[in-house]
Amino acid sequence: MDFGGINPVILIATLMASAVPILLAALGEAVVERSGVLNLGVEGMMIMGALGGFVVAVETGSPLLGFVGGAVAGAVLSLCFALLTQVFLANQVATGLALTLFGLGLSSLGGQGYNGIKPPATGQLLPDFMADLPVVGPIVFGHDWVVYFSIAMTAVLWWVLKSTRIGLIIRAVGESHEAAHALGYKVNRIRLGCIAFGGAMAGMGGAYISLARVPQWVDGITTGAGWIALAIVVFASWKPWRVLIGAYLFGGITVLQLNVQVNGGLPSGILFLISLVCIVALLVLYLLRAGRTPQQSLNPLLVIALAFPPIVWAVAVLLGLRVIKLPVEYLSMAPYLITILVLVIMSAGRNSKANGAPACLGQNFHASR
Amino acid sequence: MKRRNLLASAAMGLMLASGAAFAESHAKTKACFVYVGPIGDGGWTFQHHDGAMQVQAAYGDKVEIQYQENVPEGADAERVLTQMALGGCNIIFTTSFGYMDPTNAVAAKFPDVMFEHATGFKREHPNVSTYNARFYEGRAVQGLIAGRMTKTNKIGYIASFPIPEVIMGINSYYLNAKKVNPAVELSVVWAFTWFDPAKEADSAKALIDQGVDVIAAHTDSTAPLAEAAKTEGVIGFGQASDMTEYKDGPRVSSIIDNWGPYYVKRVGALMDGTYAQADAWEGIAGGEVLIGEITDKVPAEVKAEAEAMRDAIAAGTYHPFTGPINKQDGSVWLADGATAPDGDLLGMGFYVEGIVGDIPQ
Repeated sequence: MDFGGINPVILIATLMASAVPILLAALGEAVVERSGVLNLGVEGMMIMGALGGFVVAVETGSPLLGFVGGAVAGAVLSLCFALLTQVFLANQVATGLALTLFGLGLSSLGGQGYNGIKPPATGQLLPDFMADLPVVGPIVFGHDWVVYFSIAMTAVLWWVLKSTRIGLIIRAVGESHEAAHALGYKVNRIRLGCIAFGGAMAGMGGAYISLARVPQWVDGITTGAGWIALAIVVFASWKPWRVLIGAYLFGGITVLQLNVQVNGGLPSGILFLISLVCIVALLVLYLLRAGRTPQQSLNPLLVIALAFPPIVWAVAVLLGLRVIKLPVEYLSMAPYLITILVLVIMSAGRNSKANGAPACLGQNFHASR
Repeated sequence: MKRRNLLASAAMGLMLASGAAFAESHAKTKACFVYVGPIGDGGWTFQHHDGAMQVQAAYGDKVEIQYQENVPEGADAERVLTQMALGGCNIIFTTSFGYMDPTNAVAAKFPDVMFEHATGFKREHPNVSTYNARFYEGRAVQGLIAGRMTKTNKIGYIASFPIPEVIMGINSYYLNAKKVNPAVELSVVWAFTWFDPAKEADSAKALIDQGVDVIAAHTDSTAPLAEAAKTEGVIGFGQASDMTEYKDGPRVSSIIDNWGPYYVKRVGALMDGTYAQADAWEGIAGGEVLIGEITDKVPAEVKAEAEAMRDAIAAGTYHPFTGPINKQDGSVWLADGATAPDGDLLGMGFYVEGIVGDIPQ
């Protein structure tokens, strides 16, 4: 198997870490939007979290407190949004956009004097002997705690939204706030809680950028990560596991394309591994469907998408190519293109109604109506 | 008669008034700066702002400085420039390559405002000047250090956009590394951004993961150095600014853009009326490019060699592009002993022989 200069183990470990900021922010926003609120201020909350986390970590010397600080900073900023939209019933789109501008400006002001300082390091969680194991060490055991936290949060949110009373209430508020109100739920308070939660998650995502991924503070450090998170939420049909897939796809292809550039082409070994993942995914999907009644057939577009890498790999092997050269300009747009394409295909198809937006998304509610 | 007198005196009064207004507006020269990133980037924009502050320090009350950060390249830049010109700016410095067309477009509408565009080559109107620094001279010194310091014989370059200035830097870095270490291999990563700390860090990580141990960056933030600091034995360079905070870490030297002297000179010329359109391209000799302190991580003899190269470039006895040099496709670019003409450098769109990979279009 020819991997060129790319080590697939390091590649997977890196993508898991580099997807964390977007994953956390997108998970938070998914909950917010499920409750019927469209908060476009993710970028602003992320950068406030990046600054808040950095400042707290530097002042206290504790990266753990830093992440808490980041979450608090993000949540506080989101409460401005909550006040304007839930109490004063301001337009959510305009308020969210303003929140981003406000957050960028405020963080730039508050960050004066923090340039060029190194924050305390966020180390790996588990002991060295586990992280040093071949293959599983770097991928499974070698991360800092935030990576595990982000995956755990995906599972928790999936479970909460799907199977708990709180999840049901949040969804009810998002689908029909009139009905939820008639049942006696405090629509605006529930939404306020969701907004604060979303702010805290975005803030933590931002703090991960300034404390772990880049470890430093520079003005404008998030550079659009919040917008990517927003896009992923929509294309992932507001479902936590799909958000995870989207974030990992985006992070993974970003890391992969940079590695492919350094290597001078995509090694056939890496393509083989990608093909393997696609084939396994196809099989799993097929088995999942086969157990259900009435039996549904697979979304044909999805099958084509998943079959594409193995076909390319087979052609490359037939042609005897060990390295597939790709133009840099296509590589650099690949993360955006592929992530959106895959998630769109996943949300298209027969049961598209279940994949639709919450019915009350972006609408304000007042009990007097 | 009476009416004519009235008109004449009115005209006279108007002239006096406008003359007074003119004198007053020129009592304070307004110098404006457009930045592509935030001042806090610790690199490119930070240095331009430092230059602006030097203008303020040099002329005190006689100048007024105005600046705008984070101005996107493209249509937005045109709006910002128009606003600045309407707002009474006498001279506007546009400090990124991507402002080239907006600068010329707005300059056409405001012939009385002087425009200075950094790193570009279009001077379509008499009020547009361009200025640049010979960064490739600094890249040559970095290349020498990289060639001497690499243990894996793999050196890396994080490139921003495929424009002549960046390609020039890559070629100079590679040629001068190759000169001292024929086994050296160069990997180039195109980040397609001037400023994105997370992506810059990821690019550095991709290079390090594949065995590169000397990293030069052509992007604006300190993120590549922060990433290099995570791996023992990897070194890098300060880009645009000295980046001294990484001195006890991976930063072994730096290229410092020193725009201050040029800005002071141009604003001064505008104030005393000697201003003329220019196409400035100074390097180490002119003090626009400074080589930051070479740290103790570099052995003394390599440091001496690097400083000797710096001094030779300053004295004009060494040119980083001295033939024989072939293009990547093997065709001859410079004959033995020939040095690169400025025109070739400013329009550079090819790699030199030995660099692997293609320049994106």
